[in-house]
Amino acid sequence: MKTKPPKPPAAANATITTLELRLYVAGQTPKSLIALKNLKKICEEHLQGRYRLHVIDLVKTPQLAQDDQILAIPTLVRNLPQPIRKIIGDLSDTRRVLVGLDVRPEKRVEAP
Amino acid sequence: MARASKRTKTAAASRASPQLKKSPSGIAGFDEITGGGLPAGRPTIVCGGPGCGKTMFAMEFLIRGATEFGEPGVLMTFEETGEEMSRNVESLGFNLQSLVDKKKLFLDYVRIEPSEIQETGEYDLEGLFIRLQHAVEAVGAKRVVLDTVEAIFSGFANEGMLRAEIRRVFRWLKDHGLTTVITAERGTDGSLTRYGLEEYVSDCVVSLDHRVTDQISTRRMRIVKYRGSSHGTDEYPFLIDKKGFSVLPLSSIRLEHRVSKDRISSGIKDLDVMLEDRGFFKGSSILVSGTSGSGKSTLAAHFANETCRSGKRVLYIAFEESSAQVTRNMRSVGINLDQYLKKGLLEFHAWRPTQQGLEMHLLRIHELVDEFDPQMVIVDPITNLISANLNEVHAMLMRLLDFLKDRQITAMFTTLTTNRGAEEQTEVGISSLTDTWILLRDLELNGERNRCLYVLKSRGMAHSNQIREFVLSRTGVHLLPAYVGSGTVYTGSARVALEAREKAEALREQQQLEEKRKEFSVRRSVLESQIAALRSELSSGEAEFARLTRQRNERQQRVALDREEMGKMRGVTPANQVVNS
Repeated sequence: MKTKPPKPPAAANATITTLELRLYVAGQTPKSLIALKNLKKICEEHLQGRYRLHVIDLVKTPQLAQDDQILAIPTLVRNLPQPIRKIIGDLSDTRRVLVGLDVRPEKRVEAP
Repeated sequence: MARASKRTKTAAASRASPQLKKSPSGIAGFDEITGGGLPAGRPTIVCGGPGCGKTMFAMEFLIRGATEFGEPGVLMTFEETGEEMSRNVESLGFNLQSLVDKKKLFLDYVRIEPSEIQETGEYDLEGLFIRLQHAVEAVGAKRVVLDTVEAIFSGFANEGMLRAEIRRVFRWLKDHGLTTVITAERGTDGSLTRYGLEEYVSDCVVSLDHRVTDQISTRRMRIVKYRGSSHGTDEYPFLIDKKGFSVLPLSSIRLEHRVSKDRISSGIKDLDVMLEDRGFFKGSSILVSGTSGSGKSTLAAHFANETCRSGKRVLYIAFEESSAQVTRNMRSVGINLDQYLKKGLLEFHAWRPTQQGLEMHLLRIHELVDEFDPQMVIVDPITNLISANLNEVHAMLMRLLDFLKDRQITAMFTTLTTNRGAEEQTEVGISSLTDTWILLRDLELNGERNRCLYVLKSRGMAHSNQIREFVLSRTGVHLLPAYVGSGTVYTGSARVALEAREKAEALREQQQLEEKRKEFSVRRSVLESQIAALRSELSSGEAEFARLTRQRNERQQRVALDREEMGKMRGVTPANQVVNS
């Protein structure tokens, strides 16, 4: 991860830091499918090129539910940058998802 | 209690089997009041206010299941981490980590941090199910504990969804045949649980309570509901201590004690003499009552000393003095209790009666008895237990006595009586419950105060009706027969004075007699010598008479011979001689 000399991460770095996202689902449930669809849309629109996304199916890897403290399904977790943030639900509210990820669309619009 | 509880347990299990399968909790006493334990394969709610022992109950249920009943368990905590939990139960001697390592227990801490969660749209708690299922499968669990599942209400906004999910969790647990304990916080408005969880769990609800009366706290438990099973409905006191959770069933005791014909010595020979020369009955209850300073504790110590000397264990519960104080004090009357303390035959427990509620005292004594398995229990004094409610004390002591009798443990209680009012009335009124009642009395007379002892009653034996003087000396207690003369009992110096006078009189009589004896012996010898003289006189007279008789006979013979001779010489026959003459 390339960063400039120590500077508080949030605002200034947000444009550069890659977001590491994980979406926890439990099988192919409707909620999970909707969430995945919504998330992909958000990422393409607002996070072009600065995110990595893993989809984790807890039915296949149940141990991860405990390890990553997942309770609600679906849950989107932003592992990086710190601190960890969790967004639960089908991600239908784009604005709240962006707030939850600490990504400000206005800023993104200003940047290019 | 181990034996007794086992008996009731099996009896209860066989009785309950046709209706409902039960899963023993392993918690002392709880299985008795529920007739076998928690409903097997069903969820149970344990509710109560903060700090009332919900988590402890749940943990013990889980740990006992894993260690004693071969039922692995899953612990899902929502408030404390696994490490915290391990530390909490470590003080009770349970090692969670080793159970986890042995795959008998699965810990899952569900961390809920509302600040890092953002809700966007619909969701459910499928993650909880996945975690539960994973945990249950990992150890093959039969038991599950959800410790304060309500904590999820703080983490998520959608209450309707949460309720539906919780209902689904309970359903799921039931479908999987998992015996579950769910802890829940008591509601502030007096409802059993804050979020009304009891609506979803209809099988068994246990309410725990921690209340303070007169600055003394007591924990109590009540089975609010137990579907398909009879259960005790009272509030049962319970205790959490270093051995874990224990509930005291109070009303399960019947009057069916075994009785013993064996006798045990009181340690005071003189007292044994008063009790048919054999002492108390084994397993009986003995009440020693008296005013302060009348020697109750000393008597108790004697009894303890004697029992220990015969190699039996004694549990001494002191409410007034510390162990060190009692042993020191008893040394002054020649009783060395230290040696038995060291040998482990005597166990001392001293605590303040005000330290805890009555039920707690009872429970604690129960536990100590269970732990130490003594042949004798001494409570010195029970009077201090008296609180505002005498009925309660009475009931508690009755339970204690019943409990000890059931175990064939000899019990000695001391009780303080006051000088005012009738003395034949102990404050606690338990005299009717005890088998033997020894009364110690003070007599104030002639400027001194003396102790008296008598056996007021002793069931099943012809005991002495005498009042004895009770003397404490360096060599222990002695009972002196009180001086009885002209209808009055004399004690202390009065008795000593009277005894001295008697002794003097006796001595004088003795001396007089001796003089008479001497006088007579002189007379006797004089008379005897006279008799001897007369005898010799008599015998010499007889000899003289015999000699004279002999001489006369000889003379006659000689005359006859001479005459014959003369006749011969004259040629005359005796016949001629006659004719001639």
